[in-house]
Amino acid sequence: MNAFTAQERRAFELGCTVGLGFTQPMGQMRPGSVGRILAVSGSDRDIEQALLEMGFVEGACIEVLHHGWLRRDPLAVRINQTMTVALRRCEANAVIVGPLLDPAIPTGLVELECAPS
Amino acid sequence: MTVGTLTVEGLKSARIALVGPPNSGKTTLFNTLTGGRQKTANYPGVTVERKSGLLRTPDGHSVEVLDLPGSYSLRARSPDEAITRDVVLGRHQQETLPDAIVCVTDATNLNQHLRLLLELRPLGRPLILALNMMDIAQKRGCRIDLEALSRELGIPVVTTVAMQKSGVQALLGQIDVLLRQRSASDAVRTIDGWQEPSPDAIRAYHREVERVLRQAVVDEGIPARFTRQVDRVLLHPVAGPLILLALLFLMFQAVFSWAATPMEWIDGGVVSLQQWLNAHMEESLLKSLLVDGVMAGVGGVIIFLPQILILFLFILLLEDSGYMTRAAFLMDRLMSAAGLNGRAFIPLLSSFACAVPGIMATRAIAHPLDRLVTILIAPLMTCSARLPVYVLLIAAFIPNIPVWASIGLQGLVMFGLYATGIVGALVVAAVLRLTVLKGGRQPLLMELPSYKWPNPANVLLGLWDRVKIFMRRIGTIILSLMVILWFLSTFPTPPAGAVEPAIYYSFAGMIGRGLEPLLAPIGFNWQIAIALVPGLAAREVAVAALGTVYALSGDEGAVTEALSATLAQHWSLATALSLLAWYVFAPQCLATLAAVRRETNSWRWAAFMFVYLMALAYIAAFFTYRIALALGGG
Repeated sequence: MNAFTAQERRAFELGCTVGLGFTQPMGQMRPGSVGRILAVSGSDRDIEQALLEMGFVEGACIEVLHHGWLRRDPLAVRINQTMTVALRRCEANAVIVGPLLDPAIPTGLVELECAPS
Repeated sequence: MTVGTLTVEGLKSARIALVGPPNSGKTTLFNTLTGGRQKTANYPGVTVERKSGLLRTPDGHSVEVLDLPGSYSLRARSPDEAITRDVVLGRHQQETLPDAIVCVTDATNLNQHLRLLLELRPLGRPLILALNMMDIAQKRGCRIDLEALSRELGIPVVTTVAMQKSGVQALLGQIDVLLRQRSASDAVRTIDGWQEPSPDAIRAYHREVERVLRQAVVDEGIPARFTRQVDRVLLHPVAGPLILLALLFLMFQAVFSWAATPMEWIDGGVVSLQQWLNAHMEESLLKSLLVDGVMAGVGGVIIFLPQILILFLFILLLEDSGYMTRAAFLMDRLMSAAGLNGRAFIPLLSSFACAVPGIMATRAIAHPLDRLVTILIAPLMTCSARLPVYVLLIAAFIPNIPVWASIGLQGLVMFGLYATGIVGALVVAAVLRLTVLKGGRQPLLMELPSYKWPNPANVLLGLWDRVKIFMRRIGTIILSLMVILWFLSTFPTPPAGAVEPAIYYSFAGMIGRGLEPLLAPIGFNWQIAIALVPGLAAREVAVAALGTVYALSGDEGAVTEALSATLAQHWSLATALSLLAWYVFAPQCLATLAAVRRETNSWRWAAFMFVYLMALAYIAAFFTYRIALALGGG
């Protein structure tokens, strides 16, 4: 793991954001946490395509807003601050999310200001 | 006059299609463009609605507008989206290629919505981009350089405010411009060489959207907080389900109490019409057909119209405001345990009033397998037509003794009947998912749109559509089934000096008596067997039929009261319980079967439903009867 500051570690543990140098599947993120999509890679091509069509594309900023009341499933995720999508955890895990502003990650797609709220 | 010829020419050829992602305000735009002058039909083979209407452009052209089902991509994931793809590509058998496509996008969500436009652009058809909900985008401080956007995309761009008539002028003007240039593309019939975009192609489209928006968006504005704040409450892990529950309670209350008065009016109207016919027509077969067949049968179904209207009013309001997707979100985990989709929740709920609107409401479920499972279990929800039968039998056989506090045994039995239906439905759904309707679990990928006030015009037009569908069905298939049933219970007429009631000698009586040996193991006597035959039309008709079999007369209330006493005298407790168990499952409703046939477009599924429900009813009744006998209920 790359070095990260104590503050970032704390943020990561609290689940507020994805810490620098870490990646995690979107299904593991807690409500309120934000991050940038690094990869969309369903084992299933159909799922990958469906996710891409709903806007889950590499480089997009996402924020997990809500979990369902039963077994914390499904998730409500906001994409690029404009569209909110509900999806089940198993599909959400096909989306790999990294920290929002990690310069080491080549996104090459967006340069939107997408600060955590 | 030149205008006249122009119009005729326009009618002959000009056709535009509205294409856009769900929640882009496409339907509102369609309603405004056509001013509510629209036709709803069905595409053959699938239950996808075909909505079309006429508009007049400033040049005086009359243009047919086609409202295609909302779709995020041309790669169709549901039958609805397949229609959109096929029409846009000119592959659809009933539709010729539209002269122009208007791509409707939500101006507040261009980031996600512009990709569909990029998929449409390579098709080479005349294309207009309509930035809808521009007023909302401007309120958020969003500024878009329309010229830059049009230049980068290479197609005309107009802004629209679909809620206002004046908000669509720019679009109408642009349609005229396209129609003037039309001649060149007229020869094209279909578009060849289209391929489903690969994942990498979709990624490339996203990158292109980013590039275009960087050029065209001057100011992004501040995203609205309203929907987020509301969702914080409505999707809250504790408050969310409670609010949903409260809303459902209100809905039920409305369906049962508000509808009571209009239902009485309809009932009164039908009865007085029957009395009028009784008084003014001579005793004849025609009179019997009209009074006992048509009026009694159709009246028994049309009485549910107020309930259906109120139910759909609620459903349309919830849909239009954006809450429906939240309800699906809250229920998805619970429903997916039985292999159902969160969206199946509302259709199943509707089925407590009547399975027919419930089955109609399954159209909201995109995936065909999910939808079919929902349709097949909808009749297991205890509909209001079962109530008269339940009430009659419970009053006759279950003593009204208190069990605990103010909860009585009768109420408990009633609750048990409802619960049995629900549990049965969930078990059946799970079994169907593992056997007949096997198939990959469909991912739930559902946009949670921003909340907005429901648009009254949208809601009223939607309501009117449902009424038309329901009335058309009553006028055709239900009417003919009622006539057949009347024929079976009337002919042949009883011989002279007959001792038994007339129905005993009819075909229905013969069928009933023929069924008696089959029904004896579950404790049904020949009277019940006969009453079950006309009871096929609608469940509550069985009560009237039992009255006929036991030769009771008088008005409805008196018959029910007398019947209760007669049944308590003639039947064993085991028989009554067995009949109750039978009624939880038995598919005794031709209207439901007709609805299933219409919505699945095949008699095969209607037959399948009939057979599986019959089998369940028989098994349930058999065990209830045997266990009750063993416990001394004989």
